[in-house]
Amino acid sequence: MKPSANRSLISRFVRENATTVTLASIFIALLAVFGLILGDRLLSVGTFQSIAFQTPELGILALAMMLALLSGGLNLSIISTANLCALTIASVLQYTIPWGDAGSVLWLTWQVGAVAAGLAVAILVGLLNGFIIAYFGVSPILATLGTMIACKGLAIGLTRGNVLSGFPDPIVAIGNGTFLGVPLAFLLFIVLCVFVSVVLRRSSFGQKVYLVGANEKAALFSGIHVKRVLLMTYALSGALAGCGGLVMMARFNSANASYGESFLLISILAAVLGGINPYGGSGKVSGLFAALLLLQLISSAFNLMNFSQFLTIAIWGALLIGVSALRSGTGIFDRLFLFEFWRAKSAVSEKA
Amino acid sequence: MPKTIQRWTRSHEFWLLAVVVILSMFLTAATDSFLTLQNLFDLLTSTSFAGILAAGLLVVLVFGGIDISFTAIASVAQYVALTIAKTYPIGWFGVFFVACCIGILCGLFNAAIIHKVRISSVIVTISTLNIFYGSLIYITRGDYITSLPTYFREGIWWFEFTDSNGFPYAINLQALLLVVSFFMTWVLLNKTNIGRQICAMGGNEIAAERLGFHVFGLRCLVYGYMGFMAAIASISQAQLAQSVTPTTLIGKELEVLAAVVLGGASLTGGKGTVFGAVLGVMLIAILQNGLILLGVSSYWNQFFVGCVILLAVSATALSQRRRHAGLAS
Repeated sequence: MKPSANRSLISRFVRENATTVTLASIFIALLAVFGLILGDRLLSVGTFQSIAFQTPELGILALAMMLALLSGGLNLSIISTANLCALTIASVLQYTIPWGDAGSVLWLTWQVGAVAAGLAVAILVGLLNGFIIAYFGVSPILATLGTMIACKGLAIGLTRGNVLSGFPDPIVAIGNGTFLGVPLAFLLFIVLCVFVSVVLRRSSFGQKVYLVGANEKAALFSGIHVKRVLLMTYALSGALAGCGGLVMMARFNSANASYGESFLLISILAAVLGGINPYGGSGKVSGLFAALLLLQLISSAFNLMNFSQFLTIAIWGALLIGVSALRSGTGIFDRLFLFEFWRAKSAVSEKA
Repeated sequence: MPKTIQRWTRSHEFWLLAVVVILSMFLTAATDSFLTLQNLFDLLTSTSFAGILAAGLLVVLVFGGIDISFTAIASVAQYVALTIAKTYPIGWFGVFFVACCIGILCGLFNAAIIHKVRISSVIVTISTLNIFYGSLIYITRGDYITSLPTYFREGIWWFEFTDSNGFPYAINLQALLLVVSFFMTWVLLNKTNIGRQICAMGGNEIAAERLGFHVFGLRCLVYGYMGFMAAIASISQAQLAQSVTPTTLIGKELEVLAAVVLGGASLTGGKGTVFGAVLGVMLIAILQNGLILLGVSSYWNQFFVGCVILLAVSATALSQRRRHAGLAS
């Protein structure tokens, strides 16, 4: 009976991680196709390193978006939060006198303080979102749309639209340095992924986020403090957006009120592609991670083939519709799709 | 009679109108340039693009859907129509015809995907925004069109008259299209059977479907209408800018959404009036215009707009909550 037990374990894993498995198989298939076309140019350390450099910016912002989506909402203010956070860090670094000499512990503390100030601003914006959504009952799209415009306006007003650039080496290293060949930003992204995953899966707060997202009324009637959960969700989303801002400013070595605006809708696209239910209540970090790698693979391969980045975003849009069609099961492709076939077969064998 | 008045004073539009009137009175008193024909005409001309889009988006919101892709549709429609107009003498009718066909086709594409794939319209239209926009820039390489036909550059200039200071005024293309768009939307939503069906769908989709409404047909009509309005808006914008830049319209979609929502349209469907949408667009336009006239640095523009949106949506939500509480007790 051992083999069948094994098989049911595998099929259970596949069923529970359907999105991740689907995306991973698309990833492998595309890697094979692009690998055949491009050969060594794609399958090199350099390509994978560049994927690892590019993933964190969008990835961390997508994590921030994911949290809001899981709770049944949406956070349109992530980019302006990120920029406000980056500008706060940048102005602390530029307008205060550095503590101690370059390289000393005191000097590092000063930079950690700047980053902490930026993250505090990001969390404040998140709390404002959460407060308006939870306690005033404003729909998340509207509340975060308002804070998006207000935060961007505040950033433009304070900086007069100017760019702040030139930061100390440790900050720049976050965006451009590597550790054993792996970009530091990617390591930060992995750490945040693990953190969010653990919070969602292993903490009672995480479970409450899923419940609130699945059915807010039922969650309320089962004794969950829905308002507090929403407040914390948006605060955490703001904090993650702030981390995204830190990575962005480190990579460009500059900060501005309107960097990265094209990431806003793309982060929703990535999250939904990663299996996050846009109505809330389900979705995993692993799915999001697979989706991000898939998007970056397409981007890098197209780049090597000298296609414009605009063709890439068109393909990203088509990919989301295609994968959603597969997932909804009403599309015309579902019979053609191997995975569905496999799932049907394993369901039959389980019954037997 | 008093009952109708009472209902009117409780409506969202009444409060919005009050805010607009008070703001206008304040600006008239504080500046001597706000209430001039010149400024009001400029205001009308510059809000034309956002206003026409707001009229289209209102119908989608009332229907219970949402569309994010309209700026991309507008870019595509504008680019194709004026590329053709540059080489062939198709005239005004031709420009509008080509643009509207493209707009409606893109809208129908959205409707078909939303209906077939059955995922939320936000997600579909975010995807199609990327598809339309990405393909447009890929094919055109982002080139500008500057050499527009003469008739198009001149626009229209009807019923010219001159004020006491000697400034000439006339009804221009932007003002005309804006008024016609809102009027058409008003007729569609309030005076036709289909308009009532759209409201019913937005109120309760399942009930409407069981009553025998043709859901797919309505969806096509609503998203097609949005595409049509996007095309009209894009022509208005191209005439004003005197050139076509394929990258300039993208990113305005959330501002238009904010204006319509400020006007009282609900994101869950079934609610929203043309008058409200007009007021929402007006409030944002007057606010931005007023800040400039008051001498506030234009860098602070967006901040105030954002704050007004936050205040408006919070006030609406709180008053609704209070009304629900009142009904319950």
